[in-house]
Amino acid sequence: MAEKVATGTWVELHAIVLTAGERAPQAPEDTQHVPLEMRFKGILVEAAAIGEEAEVVTASGRRIKGTLATVNPAYTHGFGAPIPELSTVGEEVREMLRERGHFT
Amino acid sequence: MSLDRSYRGVIARRQEIMRRSLGLDYERYVTGVLSFDYERLLGDAGYEIEKIQAVQARTAVGSTPLVELENITALARAVAPPGKGPRIFVKDEAQNPSGSFKDRRASLSVHEAAKRGFPGVAAATSGNYGAAVASQAAKAGLRCIVVQEAFDSQGVAQPEIAEKTRACEAYGAEVIRLSVGPELFYYFLRVLEDTDYFNASLYAPYSILGIETLGYELARQVEETTGRFPDAVITTHAGGGNVTGTARGLIKAGASETQMIAASVDLTGLHMASDHDFNRKSFTTGHTGFSMPFTTWPDRADVPRNAARALRYMHRFVTVTQGEVFYTTQMLAELEGLERGPAGNTSLVAAFAIAQDLDQDRIVVVQETEYTGAGKHPLAQLNLARRMGIKIMRGDPRDDVPGRQIVVPEHPSQIRVSEIDLDRVRRSYLANAVAAVPQDTRLEPVDIEFLAAETQSTPSYVEEILDEMRRTAG
Repeated sequence: MAEKVATGTWVELHAIVLTAGERAPQAPEDTQHVPLEMRFKGILVEAAAIGEEAEVVTASGRRIKGTLATVNPAYTHGFGAPIPELSTVGEEVREMLRERGHFT
Repeated sequence: MSLDRSYRGVIARRQEIMRRSLGLDYERYVTGVLSFDYERLLGDAGYEIEKIQAVQARTAVGSTPLVELENITALARAVAPPGKGPRIFVKDEAQNPSGSFKDRRASLSVHEAAKRGFPGVAAATSGNYGAAVASQAAKAGLRCIVVQEAFDSQGVAQPEIAEKTRACEAYGAEVIRLSVGPELFYYFLRVLEDTDYFNASLYAPYSILGIETLGYELARQVEETTGRFPDAVITTHAGGGNVTGTARGLIKAGASETQMIAASVDLTGLHMASDHDFNRKSFTTGHTGFSMPFTTWPDRADVPRNAARALRYMHRFVTVTQGEVFYTTQMLAELEGLERGPAGNTSLVAAFAIAQDLDQDRIVVVQETEYTGAGKHPLAQLNLARRMGIKIMRGDPRDDVPGRQIVVPEHPSQIRVSEIDLDRVRRSYLANAVAAVPQDTRLEPVDIEFLAAETQSTPSYVEEILDEMRRTAG
């Protein structure tokens, strides 16, 4: 049996808000074919394993239920590698200003 | 009895939910079939400029520096015809507490929520506004919930929105992240219904009045620096609040001759509610996916009557490309020492292009910057674009195809705006207005006057276009 995540742990839950058939009529076709999903974070109310139904208390104090997805979810967004198409822009425009004597 | 939580069930209760969460009865302002008293709606909020300034000063919102972009001006002159190339200034709105002009919008909403005793505030936004509401709520001691459209069906988050999730959480807010779709508003209504929080809508009167100080300050700062008001102010345009509030502030400062230019990133061809297209957009705001529908019909917002009504105030509407914005963002960092977020620089691209046609003694103001950082950065956006199979290349920005290829200009002389024909926008607005009229109902003179004000035209122009539409339809 999967190990339980302890009560009081900061976690992210996942839930389906609307299934593919329940979506807004104005949603475009590709969007109609997938469910409306929701992810939210909070403090686990009772110990549960990943993939099990669970409940959290959110930062605003609400209790919401969903499926336990991630323990202490990380912020993974960043910058990534430099983009060569942008890397030389600064030098190009500085050179133009140097040519005109604006920069020395 | 439990509430109907289906899409239709919740949407059917929208009027009641909004009335409670805004504490505002929009019915009071109705004057005709379509018309309502816009000035009275805003006036009744009870915020004159001095009062807004006082509220904003308490949380260090506003009074941002006006910075002259001398090097960018020199570059614009290097590629302009002789004698052309006005002085370009930027209002460094990134220096607001949460890093964007959105603090101005959030400040009055949160102030009202606290004053009226609401236990918290909620907002449906994937952008800077969420962080602004969260920041203001933190200071006011109110709870805060932000509902975002954040990831696609593959679970891939838009990096800029991921950063906004982090920022909102840093201010102690609860963030609900939804997958792609038009149901953000539906879920937001559920949150309001569950919590009885204040609806800190981007489109309520407070949110627009809060921006008036931006236009007002800007006019005063330019006058102090140069002895006169700016010739043109360029605003990044999405939902219409930025154009509306800034223009109203300019007028209140006496700068009523200043030309108001709205600028958006061209995302033509990408559907805003499409799961497939979601991560093929390198901009999450300031783009035509918002600005076109909101300019041609503002009342598609999360309030019954949108206080942001851009077509009343804009004198020109232009678009620029994604590649041009990334290029100019790099230029701002490397020529002016200002590393700022890309979306806010949309108006800087337009300023650079428009500078080609204006005399050197003119003054152009780019009305905002926004903070930058992980996710909210050209590198993060372009790395995602590449992963999504979008081609990135140097070349002529006219070859930019949203969702397919991003073309970074090879030379600053290639930076151009595309002009949107305002007459077509007005016709499109009037067509949407006519579609909103219930069957067998005739528009009254007060409606025609209203439509003329909405489109900056005259009653006879409105009558003429409506006649034309009737003839074509018949």
